[in-house]
Amino acid sequence: MADKRKILTLLLPFAAFIILALFLATPLLKGSDPRKLDSALIGQKVPEFTLQDIYDPQKQYDASIFEGQKMLLNVWATWCPTCYAEHKFLNKLAGQGMYIVGMNYKDNRTKAIKWLTDLKDPYQISLFDKDGMLGLDLGVYGAPETYLIDSKGIIQYRHVGDLNEKNWYETVLPIFNEME
Amino acid sequence: MQLSSFRYYLIPIGILLLSLTSTAANSAIEAFAFDNVEQEQVFHDLTKQLRCPKCQNQNISDSNAPLAQDLRNKTYELVKQGNSEQQVVDYMVARFGNFVRYDPPLTPATIFLWLGPLIFIFIGFYFLYTQLKSQKKQDDYLDSQESERLQQILGSKTSVKIKTKQGKKQ
Repeated sequence: MADKRKILTLLLPFAAFIILALFLATPLLKGSDPRKLDSALIGQKVPEFTLQDIYDPQKQYDASIFEGQKMLLNVWATWCPTCYAEHKFLNKLAGQGMYIVGMNYKDNRTKAIKWLTDLKDPYQISLFDKDGMLGLDLGVYGAPETYLIDSKGIIQYRHVGDLNEKNWYETVLPIFNEME
Repeated sequence: MQLSSFRYYLIPIGILLLSLTSTAANSAIEAFAFDNVEQEQVFHDLTKQLRCPKCQNQNISDSNAPLAQDLRNKTYELVKQGNSEQQVVDYMVARFGNFVRYDPPLTPATIFLWLGPLIFIFIGFYFLYTQLKSQKKQDDYLDSQESERLQQILGSKTSVKIKTKQGKKQ
């Protein structure tokens, strides 16, 4: 009896080690990226804003454009190489009928228009956030970022980095389909 | 003679002066003007305790990333408007989450960080306690035969106080 207890006590550090190793190894094996942060705005409405249309400075939009149907909000810029890589896939999604609002983030209007003309424009509405004001309110910390917004204008998910076939079908689309 | 030796030093001195001007220029990239010393202090405290979400493990005062610059400017703007340190922190947390704080609050997700060390201290004390307890048990008392023998060896002249199991003198 006493022997059994002693063996158990001696095994205790080993058990603690196994638990700690599993705890530390899980994120590594799952391949989770510590640079990807959850948005602080999930479950909240898109912040209030007034921004110009990228093509037409006379045209202005506010947060009401995000209501009525579920959609994607894609944050992009011409200075962002990953956005270039992502653009083709966005065109494909738009071709399938996905409603995407584009937000050009801290960029140059002429360059942005040239980009959209040369590479095709997948956006139903293109916002021009020159100073990154809406970007700051959304907590954007790197382009590209894509927000999933439901029909009530509430942010349900944020994807950081480029959208591609793999992460779209594996992660993002199931969440999009869940949304109302 | 003296003049030529001066000429010899001229180039190193020139290089030294040049390098001084360039560091001066570097440190003057951003100049923020404040209404009073308190505001300036609040601003410096904030830029040291807010973490840059893009360049992780750097605070926004250390980082040169465009996002850190934006956050510095926003912090300046908010402090200049008369917001308190807590108000600015809340503003940033509302947008970037608790990740921007180097001093995480007590939440279900961080409770282990706060209570973990306490748990280890308790485990340590428990270990000490059990060790001490088992040591006490091992204290060897003399039984009556042993104490008699000891008396004999020491001789009857010397009276020795012997601690026995019963706690009585034999």
